[in-house]
Amino acid sequence: MRITQGTFSFLPDLSDEQIRAQVDYCLEQHWAVSIEYTDDPHPRNTYWEMYGDPMFDLRDAAGVMVEMETARQTFPDHYIKLNAFDSTKGVESLRLSFIVNRPRAEPGFRLIRQESAGRAVHYSIQATATDRLAGERET
Amino acid sequence: MKVTAPAPGLDPGTSPSPDSTATSEFDLGLARDESQVDELLATLDSDLIGLVPVKTRIREIAALLLVEKLRTQAGLSAGPPSLHMSFTGNPGTGKTTIAQRMAEILHRLGYVRKGHLVAVTRDDLVGQFIGHTAPKTKEVLKRAMGGVLFIDEAYYLYRPENERDYGQEAIEILLQVMENQRDDLVVILAGYKDRMDRFFASNPGMSSRVAHHIDFPDYTADELEAIALLMLEQMQYRLSPTARPVMVEYIERRRARPNFANARSIRNALDRARLRQANRLLARSDPRLTRDDLMTIEAEDLRASRVFESADGAAEGAT
Repeated sequence: MRITQGTFSFLPDLSDEQIRAQVDYCLEQHWAVSIEYTDDPHPRNTYWEMYGDPMFDLRDAAGVMVEMETARQTFPDHYIKLNAFDSTKGVESLRLSFIVNRPRAEPGFRLIRQESAGRAVHYSIQATATDRLAGERET
Repeated sequence: MKVTAPAPGLDPGTSPSPDSTATSEFDLGLARDESQVDELLATLDSDLIGLVPVKTRIREIAALLLVEKLRTQAGLSAGPPSLHMSFTGNPGTGKTTIAQRMAEILHRLGYVRKGHLVAVTRDDLVGQFIGHTAPKTKEVLKRAMGGVLFIDEAYYLYRPENERDYGQEAIEILLQVMENQRDDLVVILAGYKDRMDRFFASNPGMSSRVAHHIDFPDYTADELEAIALLMLEQMQYRLSPTARPVMVEYIERRRARPNFANARSIRNALDRARLRQANRLLARSDPRLTRDDLMTIEAEDLRASRVFESADGAAEGAT
């Protein structure tokens, strides 16, 4: 199941060339780009694991591309996303965030029905990748 | 590239094809105008006094890059030339200034994409505990990508007396990036000549990856005077006619003293002269000043310098 989160997620995956152009745009706007990864793409899992520090004061996309490549090699079967953080006073927030790496097979989610008082049903979803405990699924 | 086949029946000797490729026009003049590099080199000439060997080398590099651009257009390729450099010379000979200009020139010629200069020293590259150095060095390298990384006093990276020094780790990461990402950044190492020579001798890997060794000569007295005048002009000051010979004498004396740092010493001297000028104007009985008063540095502003007294004092003490 293809995860659609962040910008461009309904488009085909961006090529490296296209990613580089996006990053260059971010840097032109003086946004700091950072890399995050996870294997639990639950929509409410907002804060993924940081891959290295956010990259401040970069001028050229080459630095981000190098870092992204090492992230892909380290976590080939994880989701990896690039975030662009705008530190301008009054904004201090993400401006852009998009996925740059996906597992070869995306496991998707399971629907969980919880029956509660009065036969009411609560629904929730869980990424099937998280079936095993965090410590056991490290690749 | 398209090669037209000779028309049937034509003598191969008169076939137009080898001719037409040989005379295909690659306009060096146009490439030159487009990059506006001449303008940049001209300002380099007028803004910076002396430094003839340095300027010559910069011209050569500019020429190489221009020709390389046309060669690429012509489908000829030798790969991007290696442009890592080493600037050696005494303090105040213009290494940082030239590095800044170099970044701009390389940007105009399309060799680096952004053309900014990141100036660092050992502290910015080498960490303080195990595992600290690599991320630190990499962060600096990432910041410098697309531009020029200027490492001042690069020989401090290598401390042979301590084999566990983390500097070696920084050098190795640097070498790797210098080799593999030549089109992403240019590294300029700078420092005193003798120490840099020793640094390169003990780091053959570094030495072989630095293609250009540029030596910055000390300025002559005349050049220093020209520099002083140029600096004053840029700061919108001028020397009074009596102050001019004092300036010459000052330079003469300052050069003979230890810790002389070429143009930097001159700049400091001028800053101090400005201080004294301001003080003199404030102490004047008539508080009304002309524009001329505000601009002029008098002989006494220079005369008050320590260089004049202690040189006399030293002479007395010596005899």
